[in-house]
Amino acid sequence: MSRLFMFEKPLGMRDTLPDLYETKHHVRSVLEDEMKRWGFQFIETPTLEYYETVGTASAILDQQLFKLLDQEGHTLVLRPDMTAPIARVAASKLLKEKLPNRLAYSANVFRAQQREGGRPAEFEQVGVECIGDETVSADGEMIALAISSLKKAGLKNFQLSVGHAKFVQELFIEILGNEERARELTRFLYEKNYVGYREHVKGLPLSSIDTQRLLSFLELRGGSEVIGMALELIENGKGKEAVLELQELWDVVQDFEEGSFIKFDLTLVSHMSYYTGILFEVYAGKVGFPIGNGGRYDGLLEKFGKSIGATGFALNLDRLLEALGQLDGNIPAACILFSPERRKEAYQLASERRASGERVVLQDISGVKNLDACTNKFSDVAFLIGKAGKEPAQ
Amino acid sequence: MTEQLTIAMPKGRIFQEAAELLRKAGYRLPPEFDDSRKLIIDVEEENFRFILSKPMDVATYVEHGVADLGIAGKDVLLEEERDVYEVLDLKISGCYLAVAGLPGTKMNDVAPKVATKYPNVAAAYFREQGEQVEIIKLNGSIELAPLIGLSDRIVDIVSTGRTLKENGLVEYETITAITSRLIVNPVSYRIKDERISEIVNALSKVI
Repeated sequence: MSRLFMFEKPLGMRDTLPDLYETKHHVRSVLEDEMKRWGFQFIETPTLEYYETVGTASAILDQQLFKLLDQEGHTLVLRPDMTAPIARVAASKLLKEKLPNRLAYSANVFRAQQREGGRPAEFEQVGVECIGDETVSADGEMIALAISSLKKAGLKNFQLSVGHAKFVQELFIEILGNEERARELTRFLYEKNYVGYREHVKGLPLSSIDTQRLLSFLELRGGSEVIGMALELIENGKGKEAVLELQELWDVVQDFEEGSFIKFDLTLVSHMSYYTGILFEVYAGKVGFPIGNGGRYDGLLEKFGKSIGATGFALNLDRLLEALGQLDGNIPAACILFSPERRKEAYQLASERRASGERVVLQDISGVKNLDACTNKFSDVAFLIGKAGKEPAQ
Repeated sequence: MTEQLTIAMPKGRIFQEAAELLRKAGYRLPPEFDDSRKLIIDVEEENFRFILSKPMDVATYVEHGVADLGIAGKDVLLEEERDVYEVLDLKISGCYLAVAGLPGTKMNDVAPKVATKYPNVAAAYFREQGEQVEIIKLNGSIELAPLIGLSDRIVDIVSTGRTLKENGLVEYETITAITSRLIVNPVSYRIKDERISEIVNALSKVI
């Protein structure tokens, strides 16, 4: 390995400089405020977790985990998402009262990148989890809250695509007969390989009606009319239930008055067997990757010893910032330049202005090498120099 | 006014056939389209922007969302494994990936070496065959490798087989057939779905 230069960082790691920090802070607090107003309580969990518990329960691929060893030889992971840690906390501590828990977080998560730039290995997620509520109302609430938060953050051009993990599973099992064959076909969807999907379906020993059903499945994308199309495609009870859930969800989001941001896409699938019901992704114009995603994960809490349903979503703060476009993170600050004999006066002036909410830098003038650069950097500069008692020059 | 779509096109071999297919599907492309040296070509009447990239890079532009659509060989998709939708087999630029080498030779038992432009595809193929090989990545003129003893075998695209023949190499196995595919960025696929479906339908009629 070549010697590292002193400025280098590990692949995918980024610095946040002052302007970006301010912008990020602003957007984060808008999202957090909205989530708090909906009654979600923020929590923090450790950055390091055991690989055996949170690492394996998480939906993130094994090769994307940052792993290390502790002194006893246990494998640790840098948390790859917040859903699994929150499930761990909820299962062990919070679910005593048998009430739905509404929790929220803004935290950095870590996913190793092997390929190239443009994909941070550490990034911030702001999200919520609603644990212990198995109603479609809860799913609808997640979607409505995601929309409401994004609107509050100032995002205008965005869309949520909603699918249903159970519908896909039930439809495939109904037509193909067993889980293994259904999994095989689902893999083409994960890989987004529709050419392969169609070839695979055409090669299966199926009746022409069933072949057509599987091919028509790829067309189940669009507005609420998709729900009716899906209902015609499926026969068995569980699959029909899934479609009816989508119908109910559509009613819920309309009650929340957020229908216009939603499209249905039943071809949407996520990591193998992680999401178990309604799932969704959030897209914004100009950003090539989803800016957020969420859904129902009824199987996860069971891994931590509580058999209970949950749903939630996470927004990727960096991608959201990208979608929002140029935001001016530069918040004006004033500067008071003083000479030592008037230090006390300068401090009093700074305190007054700080008390009124201004950002004020207090700077000994003999510490400034380049006065022009200094006056350019600040929105206004006051000089308290020389004999005491003079008015500060502007 | 419909929104602009950016389409990544592969320069070289596939370009002509892809442009012809788009014309057959009813899209009006200017005549200078075919021999321009520009890397970005706007076709205002169709509200398309074409970007011309190395074939191996098409899927990269599409994955990152700077192009909504792209035309890429299946070989590129197999090698790069980009997160893009592969929506249509355009059935153009047909060829196949094959293992080739000098006639009548066997792979070295101790450290069999394979030279290729497709290290991932080659590694996956030999692993499936239960063979442990060492992969050497080259960027072109792969046929040279066995001739001068760099490797026992090569994995490369074969369309007519002429290059292999002229260099005295023979095919040992076929890995998979290759055609060009229409690929779509996952976000564009959802946000610009109407316009993209239109193109997919127009193209599927002429394939």
